[in-house]
Amino acid sequence: MEKLYTFLKYTFITLWTVFIVAPFLWAVSTSFKDFQSVNSKVTYIPWLDFEPTLEGWRVLVKSPARGGVDIVEPYFNSIFVTCTASLVSIVLGTLAAYALSRFTFKAGFVRNNDITFFFISQRIMPPIVLSIPFFIFLSTIGLLDSLLGLVVVYIVLLMPIAVWIMVDFFNRVPKELDETALIDGCNPYQAFYKVVLPNSIPGLIVAGMFCIIFGWIDFFFAFILTFTEVQLLPVKVVALNSSITPWWSLSASALISVAPLIIVAFVVERYLSKGNLSGALK
Amino acid sequence: MAVITTATTNKIQKYFMNFKHKFVFLFPGLFVLIGILIFPIIFTIRLSLSGWNSYTPEMNFIGITNYIRLFTDDPRFWESFFRLSFLSVSTVILQYIIGFALALMVWKEIKFKRFFRVIFLIPMMTTPVIMTVIWRTFFHESLGPVNDLLGHIGIGPILWLSDPVIAKFTVIIVEVWQWTPFMFLLLLAGLLSLPKEPFLAAAIDGASPLRKFVYVTFPLMAPISIGAIIIRLIEASKIMDTVFVLTSGGPGTATETSSFYIYIKGLREFQMGYAATLSFTYLVIMIISLTIIAKVLTKLMIKE
Repeated sequence: MEKLYTFLKYTFITLWTVFIVAPFLWAVSTSFKDFQSVNSKVTYIPWLDFEPTLEGWRVLVKSPARGGVDIVEPYFNSIFVTCTASLVSIVLGTLAAYALSRFTFKAGFVRNNDITFFFISQRIMPPIVLSIPFFIFLSTIGLLDSLLGLVVVYIVLLMPIAVWIMVDFFNRVPKELDETALIDGCNPYQAFYKVVLPNSIPGLIVAGMFCIIFGWIDFFFAFILTFTEVQLLPVKVVALNSSITPWWSLSASALISVAPLIIVAFVVERYLSKGNLSGALK
Repeated sequence: MAVITTATTNKIQKYFMNFKHKFVFLFPGLFVLIGILIFPIIFTIRLSLSGWNSYTPEMNFIGITNYIRLFTDDPRFWESFFRLSFLSVSTVILQYIIGFALALMVWKEIKFKRFFRVIFLIPMMTTPVIMTVIWRTFFHESLGPVNDLLGHIGIGPILWLSDPVIAKFTVIIVEVWQWTPFMFLLLLAGLLSLPKEPFLAAAIDGASPLRKFVYVTFPLMAPISIGAIIIRLIEASKIMDTVFVLTSGGPGTATETSSFYIYIKGLREFQMGYAATLSFTYLVIMIISLTIIAKVLTKLMIKE
């Protein structure tokens, strides 16, 4: 019985691992192919099935004028938008979360929980519902197709995540911590800044990682709200998919776009194993 | 450490309750969020009462004509909505089952535990549209590896993307690949935060693993499960990226979801007024149905 269970467990884990890794392996293999080895028949292993070339990767750094795909600028645009929006969301979200976790708010029938729910419920908003008014709104104030416009929109996407994680986290930070600080003569701002914040670094890191993930992987807003001036990475890669689809440069650009966040997986795992995440995500 | 007397504690309690500056903490975030959102929402409602389209791009007032059209003369929207419900509910159920199983498997000590945990997390870190581009080549009907490998064991080419029924399952496969890790992460974090005592008690009683799961682990995990399922349902109800790249709603309208239909009406056909009507109705339905689902799940899973 015990043995059967162990056997099934490892079979399942192995199969799932294969399922997860398969598209990556396929993309790595495809990125080294040329026209011939993509279009004649399905090939898998370099040197054995086909002669690998670096063409798919070389195209990425060539300028568009010389038949390349300029991926460097979208890359930096994506990094800029994601980081700025995450930073703003974390700062504002953390302040709001602290207020919601420590103080009592009353306004008519509105209580703390309702305000927290209001923040988090913004995730329910389907992107399409927001994108049409944003499209008109941003074009009115001249921020359509600009980085700043995207940052504004991304704040709406990311702040709910920051509030969600930080409220739960602060609820777990004992109130005595603030109280001691207040007794020792700090004013409330100092108590927050000097005592509570340094004790919340794990929560801040988790919230930050989640903001970065959900900012980095967004496609739809960037797709609707930008055209030529500003391009974000996902839009650029999907645009490659449109016409004749050179699978090799498509795969190469896809791999290079998802690479940075895979590092985040290692960080998340570390926090998970150390037990810090358990408090922050619940 | 300062000695805290009851009097000071009371004073501080009061301080927490009446602290004037509490608004300084709350308002920046709240106002930024409201400030960014208030315009789009009011604008959508107003726009939904207008006949804004590519011929008359102006904010005229045509009353509830759009709403009448939606409720009497637009089966395509309701079809797309039921399709969305089917896709999101089925993917979330699959994600929950698989995610819970995976979380249970790497919860306790096993070989290469940390390696598997990282692997299981990776898909949620990758951009859905970009991975879907890869999946599209993966499921390509003549040049993709899936049909090629199936061909070797004698299974004829499966029309992954061009058969109306199978295309739905292809979308489900990709969604499950992409988002099971998120469920896994939430559930594993939950498992790791559970108290030890109930498990010790169960071990002393000599409960079998199955009974332990049914009577200890699962009830303890119920609140976390509900949270995770609802978060995932919210995200899954926005299914759009995958469909957009993988099938563009096709073949025909076989994989068209509500978001995608609104996108076609609004930003391809430029019927902005009608698209706003769809958006607003869709949002209201989403909020109501997610609230009901949350209530029902809580009733079902937490037994007093």
